[in-house]
Amino acid sequence: MLYVSDLSVSIGTRADFTDIVSSVSFEIGKGEILGLVGESGCGKSMTSLAVMGLLPEGGPWVRTGRAELAGFDVIHLPPYRRVESGHGGIAMIFQEPMSSLNPVMKIGEQIEEAIRVHERLSGDALTRKARELLELVRIPDAALQLGAYPHQLSGGMRQRVMIAIALACRPQVLIADEPTTALDVTVQTQILSLLRELCDSMGLAILFITHDLGVVAQLVDRVAVMYAGRIVETAAVAQMFERPAHPYTEALMSCLPDPARFSRRLTTIPGQAAKPGQVKQGCEFAPRCRQAVEICVADAVPYAQLSHDHRALCRFPLVEPRP
Amino acid sequence: MSGQPILDVQGLSTDYTVRRQGKTIQVHAVKDVSFTLAKGEVLGIVGESGCGKTTVGRSIVRLAKPHRGEVLFAGTNIFAAAPDELRKLRLRIRMVFQDPFASLDPRRSIGDSIAEAGDIHGLFKGGVDRQGEIEKALNNVGLDGSYAARFPHELSGGQRQRIGIARAILPAPGIVIADEPVSALDVSVQAQVLNLLADLQEMMGLSMVFISHDLGVVGQISDRVAVMYMGRIVETAATRDIVDRPIHPYTITLMAARPRPDPKIRIKPGIEIGEPPSQFDRPAGCPYAKRCAIATSLCATDDPSLRMVASGRMVACHNV
Amino acid sequence: MSGGLRSQLVPFARRPIASLGLVVLVCIVAAAVLAPLIAPYDPSRIEPIARLQPPNAAHWFGTDQFGRDIFSRVVYGSRLALLIGVGVVSFALITGVPAGVLSALFPRFGRVMMRVIDVLMAFPALLLALSLIVILGRGVSNAILAIGVVYLTTTSRITYGLALRLRTETYVEAANSMGAGAVWTIRKHILPNLISPLLVQASFVFAFAQLSAASLDFLGLGAPPEIPSWGNMLAEGRIFITRAPWLLFFPGLSIAITAFSLNLVGDALRDRVDPRFREMLSGNRR
Repeated sequence: MLYVSDLSVSIGTRADFTDIVSSVSFEIGKGEILGLVGESGCGKSMTSLAVMGLLPEGGPWVRTGRAELAGFDVIHLPPYRRVESGHGGIAMIFQEPMSSLNPVMKIGEQIEEAIRVHERLSGDALTRKARELLELVRIPDAALQLGAYPHQLSGGMRQRVMIAIALACRPQVLIADEPTTALDVTVQTQILSLLRELCDSMGLAILFITHDLGVVAQLVDRVAVMYAGRIVETAAVAQMFERPAHPYTEALMSCLPDPARFSRRLTTIPGQAAKPGQVKQGCEFAPRCRQAVEICVADAVPYAQLSHDHRALCRFPLVEPRP
Repeated sequence: MSGQPILDVQGLSTDYTVRRQGKTIQVHAVKDVSFTLAKGEVLGIVGESGCGKTTVGRSIVRLAKPHRGEVLFAGTNIFAAAPDELRKLRLRIRMVFQDPFASLDPRRSIGDSIAEAGDIHGLFKGGVDRQGEIEKALNNVGLDGSYAARFPHELSGGQRQRIGIARAILPAPGIVIADEPVSALDVSVQAQVLNLLADLQEMMGLSMVFISHDLGVVGQISDRVAVMYMGRIVETAATRDIVDRPIHPYTITLMAARPRPDPKIRIKPGIEIGEPPSQFDRPAGCPYAKRCAIATSLCATDDPSLRMVASGRMVACHNV
Repeated sequence: MSGGLRSQLVPFARRPIASLGLVVLVCIVAAAVLAPLIAPYDPSRIEPIARLQPPNAAHWFGTDQFGRDIFSRVVYGSRLALLIGVGVVSFALITGVPAGVLSALFPRFGRVMMRVIDVLMAFPALLLALSLIVILGRGVSNAILAIGVVYLTTTSRITYGLALRLRTETYVEAANSMGAGAVWTIRKHILPNLISPLLVQASFVFAFAQLSAASLDFLGLGAPPEIPSWGNMLAEGRIFITRAPWLLFFPGLSIAITAFSLNLVGDALRDRVDPRFREMLSGNRR
């Protein structure tokens, strides 16, 4: 459904640039959830903003790459064509619903506003559609809540409203950028459950961006791990947790606190996460990698295709390729 | 080692009044919280937002004043202490703050920030002594002495948090209250800082209260855990017991809701477990009754208090 | 200390217009300091034969109705302009900053103080200055005092807002938890963090002080006529507006350029300041 190929986002000028997202490629199928995982600064948010065409003016720009949806390259569409697609298209929800919602507008009006951009409805029909959307995201007393203001709702409710607004344009793809990071864990479970439900029932393709590996394990179908602006591993979720191929993925998972394990000390990755563009030559992870050798530092790293849906950006992947 | 706990919190309660839609309501941010901390022990306090855990932590360092209750540090009531004693107490009870980007003054050098407690109380015997102490503190948190001359904006989140820790251990305190010290950090950095805290705690014999919303993190470092909900402690037990056999219905929900990095456990669609009631809508009786799977009519009217159900385990519930 | 002079110049490097402001400012200061060397004539020298001459080779800006060289008078007028600016800014800072900081740290005192400030701010700026001059009498030092009182109101208000914000910063809480008292907090945390925003405020106050002082001079309530002042020059030259507009043009232009360049400098500095404080600094009184 969504095919992103060779996406690079850079800062600087055409003559003198630094990639903050480098040659990123992934695809998301209908009814599938792809998790984009990485620590802060790895470029995951920048990638999603680039796909949505939301990169700030005068800031980072798309140097190469396409994002294909239903035959169109959405990155290079002029703005007026982005809206006209009617149904289908990409919607996005963010981490802080309070900053995305207008505090002085009732949420019913905000949802209606989103609907009106894509459909010519008005009056009762419009209000009914708004209410249906609220019911779709399982907000209790939907008719009543249409008249509520954002500050009257809890964090979890606001996030559901955000999802409702995102669904107003009947998108094919939903990009969720850390939507539950700011929420309590019990609320988080319910939002994740809602996303799963929407994905199954509407055939939505979801790009779920997060740094929380626990959420990844429970929700997503496939995972792409990012480090220093590149995707270092793509795999099905079970594969990633059981037999990760890239040393960074493996190291990341060994850092997780697990109360069931009861050792006082956690394994850590030595050093600090590399910023995109910081490592000039060779593999970005090599300085911290437990199995790095000279060639890792000297030469650019090739992709290793380990199976039809598993690949890693490593010269010595931890998993053997399977035909 | 004497049997007296280093920290003894008794009946801590903080209320505040709000006006909502014309009515004046009393909100119990913290209600009747009591616990003890033995010397050298790490107690984890875990709960979701609004449960009052941060208020409890701030009360212990006297950044918040409770309406009722006592906090005894090595037998001394910190709220009734004379000004001289209070000054000494401030050095013995220290806090590590959550936000590494806000907890350091951007205009002051790292060295100045670390040495602040000592400077305020005039503890250093001259510049050389001060430099030496700063360098020792930096080394203790795994950083090199050259960091003393740098400024916060030059450091990453993890490094700043280490500075926050260095600040809290110079001079060596008796208790450290850590308020969500790793919540703002990446996974790999979290692991490093947690290890650091565990190392320091062991090395310096510190007693620690570790506040967090993340059960995994709390479980990693704590000897005992107290679970809070809507201002009350609902369960306390040794970490192992809480993790293996949680008793209070809320603790069970919390444990279950925590996303575990195990792809075999998948989120099912259609989960509804309700939300914590708003701060202003506090029902009579047990605060968890509305969401509780085993609530009875007694729960709606009677607020249960903590009682001991096994050795070292306390639960506030009518039905267990 | 972090920041420092060099980093304060960064916004000028990126914005050529602001550099212009800085350059003009430097020129004005240079003119004031080097006036005896730059001015070809004594500003008070009367030469009736040469009266009301348009700008020419001997008199670059022309002469006024007494035959005084306008260029020399403009150059010497910059001294008064600077004196007023520095005087007003100093007064506003010395009185306004403590008022604001103490109001923020001691709420009870603050409530009273801010109401007093409110009362003062209820008067339009010029009217307030005029009233004070009426009470105090004319003259340069009284003008500085009167205008200073006007701008101590905005300064204290801004300081109050900033100090309130700073008081709740986590690092201030950390200091309090370690036993810091009000004196330590003010000295080590609040004042240093106020320097940048106050620098911005100072440049705007400097600019507005020029306008206020010129107005007072124009009304004859500021500098006495013997002292070369741009405002006085406007007052004296008023009746010649059709016959000899250069009497008004050059002093008027000087006032405008001074105020404008200071505004440019203030804008550039403001963009350098912590974004959280920027909105607070935008609402300045004219």
